[in-house]
Amino acid sequence: MTSALLYAFAGVALCGIGLFGFLRLQHLLRKLMAFNLIGSGVFLIMVGLAQRNGQPDPVPQALVLTGIVVAIAATALAVVLIRRYYHLSGQTTLAEPAAKSFRPKARSVNREGAPE
Amino acid sequence: MTLWLMAGLLFTPLAWAVLTLLLDFSKGRVVTWLGILVQVLVSLGLWAAVASDGGFLYLLGGWQAPLGIELRVDGLAVTFVLLTALVAAACGWHASIYLDPGKPWHRYFWPLFWFLWAGLNAVWLGGDLFNLYVGLELISLAAVGLVALGGQADALRAAIRYLMAALLGSLAYLLGVALIYGQFGTLSLAGVTELINSGDVQSGLTFPLILMLLGLALKTALFPMHGWLPPAHGIAKSPVSALLSALVVKASFYIAARLWLDLGGDLGGYALAQLIGVLGSLAVIWGSWLAFRQAKLKQVVAYSSVAQIGYLFLLFPLTWGVTDAISQQAQQGITLQVVSHALAKAAMFLAAGNLIMSVGSNRVDALAGVSRFLPFSLFSFGLAGVSLMGLPPTGGFAAKWLLLQASLASGQWWWLGVLLAGGLLSAAYVFRVYRASFIEATDTDQFYHPSRSLEVIPMILALMSLGLGLVAEPVLSVMSLPFEGASQ
Amino acid sequence: MRRFFGVTVLAAVCLAFAGALMITVWHISGTQAPVDLPGLLVENLEASGVEHPITAVLLNFRSYDTLLEIGVLVIAGIAGISMAKTTSLEDPLLRTSDSLLYALQRWFVPLMLVLAGYLLWAGSDRPGGAFQAGAVLAASGVMMRLGGIPMEFLRPGVLLRLGLALGFSVFLLVAVASALAGDAFLAYPEAFNKPLILVIETVLTFSIAMVLLALFVSAPVNGAEEPEEGERG
Repeated sequence: MTSALLYAFAGVALCGIGLFGFLRLQHLLRKLMAFNLIGSGVFLIMVGLAQRNGQPDPVPQALVLTGIVVAIAATALAVVLIRRYYHLSGQTTLAEPAAKSFRPKARSVNREGAPE
Repeated sequence: MTLWLMAGLLFTPLAWAVLTLLLDFSKGRVVTWLGILVQVLVSLGLWAAVASDGGFLYLLGGWQAPLGIELRVDGLAVTFVLLTALVAAACGWHASIYLDPGKPWHRYFWPLFWFLWAGLNAVWLGGDLFNLYVGLELISLAAVGLVALGGQADALRAAIRYLMAALLGSLAYLLGVALIYGQFGTLSLAGVTELINSGDVQSGLTFPLILMLLGLALKTALFPMHGWLPPAHGIAKSPVSALLSALVVKASFYIAARLWLDLGGDLGGYALAQLIGVLGSLAVIWGSWLAFRQAKLKQVVAYSSVAQIGYLFLLFPLTWGVTDAISQQAQQGITLQVVSHALAKAAMFLAAGNLIMSVGSNRVDALAGVSRFLPFSLFSFGLAGVSLMGLPPTGGFAAKWLLLQASLASGQWWWLGVLLAGGLLSAAYVFRVYRASFIEATDTDQFYHPSRSLEVIPMILALMSLGLGLVAEPVLSVMSLPFEGASQ
Repeated sequence: MRRFFGVTVLAAVCLAFAGALMITVWHISGTQAPVDLPGLLVENLEASGVEHPITAVLLNFRSYDTLLEIGVLVIAGIAGISMAKTTSLEDPLLRTSDSLLYALQRWFVPLMLVLAGYLLWAGSDRPGGAFQAGAVLAASGVMMRLGGIPMEFLRPGVLLRLGLALGFSVFLLVAVASALAGDAFLAYPEAFNKPLILVIETVLTFSIAMVLLALFVSAPVNGAEEPEEGERG
């Protein structure tokens, strides 16, 4: 068992913890952090597994760099969206707002509900 | 010649994304029209080139796999490239009239639109597992940006939900890629397939395949992971919804199908194939039923997408452990289903946008009386519906006929019920919309008339979907061209 | 009770996932990869024009990935600024007046700029490169921004959009120029490899910093919003 493989197993643990957090947590920023945790785990597995024999392998290192940039772009976009969402709705989770408090007033109430 | 076509195909969407980023909405619109023309011509040219000379490998940067990235330009890929060109051209044209140039954020529609197109082309042609990941992310982020563009809290909620699902799906896929790279030391899909076919199969490799399929199924909104799709597709602007439903969900399905056809034979199993098929069937039934129950028009169409995507997953059981002839038939059926659904669903969303614009409400029961004022758009909606139901001579019928034959030939008669029930249920939700629009008693007489070209575009798409059944033969013959593998 | 049950099931699922993953990793680690990609890379490093293998992979062998990756970053930037409000730079709530911050800024910003330049330069033969340099550059921008230094170019306008597009366009132009010269898309002519890669790295650094900074600045929301289709706003 080389040290590179140890990184891969740390990555496995991060993936498991991250998945739990991603599915369990409701607050969007925490969800996003859990996403980044899974991402780090995947990157660790990618590099660690490829270098299990102790020789460096530049290809997965380059892939991980690309992956990090993509993850940063996604995270940044998500933060911008979450922040704007928070400003507009005052919510930090994806739960639907309580019934009708966000509906425009123009709509008549008796047309709500199931189709005829 | 083909080199020029390839450079044009890869270059134009990216270049146009940059160009339109620097321009405002109205100038971007003119530039986009030009770009659409170029892109359609290039796609047609490439399709014709492959149809006459067969497929080839395109080496990016001149480096061969596994060192570089190879693009696999085969019959199936160019069919989808051409489909993308047609549908995206229609949606772009529709959006250029439909979107309000006065809103400052609409200027960002064009760059996102072009990036989306670039990502789609990258996925259709991709032959490198990691490159496909980057392509998928390009598509997802552009799609999320389009859904959120200028939106309110509801649109943002849908966009964030979409983004979270897409990101989780991509990571699952990437984890599978990492494991496969660890095992084989190569990222080229063709290389991995060759290694698996030549040597003895590693039993531990089923897990990476399942991970990748799971992630891609989440991105394709396979039941029961479909929860993110209807809000996002329902709340986006109609041209965006059309793009998302017609093309974006197909990208992740396409990768899943390619993985399955290349690796599934060795790494998959009967139980896995049947499980995916059952989930697809449940998607058909449950999605159609929910489509029938929706109060908002675009939600009806969005849930109908969940149902129609379900059919696509019948590919998995119908190609596992069967003879080559049956597998070929099933693949042709699924390809036709992808093409006809893309055309029909784009037509439906664009027509729904026109109807909503006309009556000023997105509710189904507000459509009362619209049949008199907007018969053309309503007719397009219905024609597209006929293709979804699978009545002859539409593309939907041809697709379902092939699937039916493949089910019977492989002895998996149980999928027949799904094909039948799905058709009946889609008839139910299409007729519900029709019924609402033919009610004469209405309290409003004020209908806004959308411009003529807005009404023509969905009609063209619906007619293409309708006529697809008649020209299925030549389309399928290009799709199933043998791949020579000669590199250029 | 029900909540507890839900958490337990979820934890069990995640543990099962991690367990399966661990078994797979363990299984794979006992085998030998049939393709020796690092060896292949060393053989071709000479032709790539850079000495550092990671930079060679990023900017030559797999340059298509990098092109699309910058595209992803630009998309995030576009989506970010599409939500920006023009007056956000004057928002007094975002200004921090803190003497420690000012002092730090005076010391750190020049240092960080030098560091960014070094990272960019080091990329060709040591760890470093466009993204790292861009990130440091963006971080110094964030610091200046927190200190209330007005950065007019970050206002959503032509300048910002040019900055966003610059790195990507140069990369793309090089790719197309190589296609026009008769080679494949993204094949650099052998003689120009080194200078071309350096130029690409430099503009990429600039654009990456711009995108990250724009995303930081554009986070505040605007008042204008659009109702859903068919809803009266």
